Amino acid sequence: MKIDLKNLNIRKAHDSMKSGDFSARELTEAYLGVIKEKNSNINAYLHIFEENALKQADEADKRFRDGTAVLLTGIPMAIKNNILVKGEITTASSKILENYHAIYDATVIEKLKRAGAVFLGGVNLDEFAMGGSTENSAYGVTKNPYDDTRVSGGSSGGSASAVAMDGALSALGTDTGGSIRQPSSFCGTVGLKTTYGRVSRYGAIAMGSSLDQIGPIAKTVDDAEIIYDCIKGEDKMDSQTIPENLIKEPKIKEKMTIGVPRHFMKDGVDLDVMKNFEESLEKLKSLGHEIKEIELPNIDYSLATYYIIMPAEVSTNLARFDGVRFGLLKEGENGIQDYMKTRAVGFGPEARRRIILGTYVLSAGYYDAYYNKATALREIMKKDFVKAFENVDVILTPTSPIPAFKIGEKANDPVQMYLADIFTVSANMVGVPAISVPSGFTEREGKQLPLGIQFMAPWMGENVLFKIGKDFLNEK
Amino acid sequence: MNIKDIEKLALLARIELSEEEKQKMVKEMDSILVFIDQIQKADVDITEREAGDVRNIMREDGEPHESGIYTEDILKEAPKTRDNYVEVKKIL
Repeated sequence: MKIDLKNLNIRKAHDSMKSGDFSARELTEAYLGVIKEKNSNINAYLHIFEENALKQADEADKRFRDGTAVLLTGIPMAIKNNILVKGEITTASSKILENYHAIYDATVIEKLKRAGAVFLGGVNLDEFAMGGSTENSAYGVTKNPYDDTRVSGGSSGGSASAVAMDGALSALGTDTGGSIRQPSSFCGTVGLKTTYGRVSRYGAIAMGSSLDQIGPIAKTVDDAEIIYDCIKGEDKMDSQTIPENLIKEPKIKEKMTIGVPRHFMKDGVDLDVMKNFEESLEKLKSLGHEIKEIELPNIDYSLATYYIIMPAEVSTNLARFDGVRFGLLKEGENGIQDYMKTRAVGFGPEARRRIILGTYVLSAGYYDAYYNKATALREIMKKDFVKAFENVDVILTPTSPIPAFKIGEKANDPVQMYLADIFTVSANMVGVPAISVPSGFTEREGKQLPLGIQFMAPWMGENVLFKIGKDFLNEK
Repeated sequence: MNIKDIEKLALLARIELSEEEKQKMVKEMDSILVFIDQIQKADVDITEREAGDVRNIMREDGEPHESGIYTEDILKEAPKTRDNYVEVKKIL
């Protein structure tokens, strides 16, 4: 039978496998078929785990037969290729890890394996998750399934476009400054950045450790919630995870107060994005929610602050790639020259840029002016958010100031590329959860391009995001 | 930033750069620094700062796993090995 992948979600797939409409193997084969048909053009997948995926699907079918299947059993997923799946090639889209095979499972993978999920393959990203378009991948750009002359967004562009092209039912991404949410808005998917510390990063290749989070990219808010429920939780292998006894979810209200920081949306936002945002506000009002204008006094500094703290952490995290223990080795005359040459050949331009910038802001003469000041500002921003959430339940912005841009359009101007993160970085800076949900389309050169809006909730308020997200998308 | 600064940072970061890359990097760094220098306008006091809420919590380094169970897998990923060791060039 032909499975209707376009209208499938996790619960429907589960019910169909349970009732025997199709098997987990047939479902996995259907997705592998789409990947074979579309991936040579879209380039979402870097590595297809066909053999193991089919084995996992057969295992899932066994579980459906013996009655131990849970919601995620047999659900085919795409995994961002900076998350370790034991035995599979994991490059983080960098040449420096060209032939690296993961030697253990990330905690999130271990949890998904226990639930019986199927891993279709490793998907593309900007090198080490640094970028907003996947143009920084050493293995080529991932195109947008809605218009293949445009980028899929990034850094989790492979995850978002795999889901958008029906090449996976859902996916995992990582988000350091918007890398789950921005590609979700470009590709019309739902993307969740979890509360800092809510999901273990053990086995995710680190970029900015005080900012990084793993989260789902999915077709519906319900799907994102199902995956989140599976992967969340304290982990002794990630010392930053929040202990279960400290988890306090905010109360869910039927009618919410939605805060809008209009002062932050004055410049640089595309007119169609703004129009769509106003329409989204009207829709939320008609659903009975209240809109309230709020101020986040220091949010104008969030992007500049982010581009100090993140590179500082990048320069330290990427120091481990030296050609000694794993990955590429390019030999020089002596040990130091081995490092210099390996890192010159192994890292792409953006990785090098951020390492140099991070080294600069951490160097003795500039530490106070940049890194120290940025971390102080970060604390102040956090207080601004605490104060704002005393009066509102969620904060709403567009996810990205622009729709998906043309491949190559911003490739030569790093600062222009950074500006695409303007609305997303603050959630990472202060650690709150945020979700991007599809909010409609805008037309460009005869093509319909998806847009997204972003809700931010107080710390540990994923439940609030699921509620308002489902409400907005009319999910039952 | 000038070429000398870039050279010094590249050496600290252990990345070899060609002359052409250095020139390009000077220009790019200048535009990035103009952008991040916005924060100099912010009114923040960094003289009496305490550690923030986000800090590292180290776990006890106890309960080691059985010696050698990961050795083979780990060495398989290393570019150069000899007799169960990772091999590097001599330092002296």
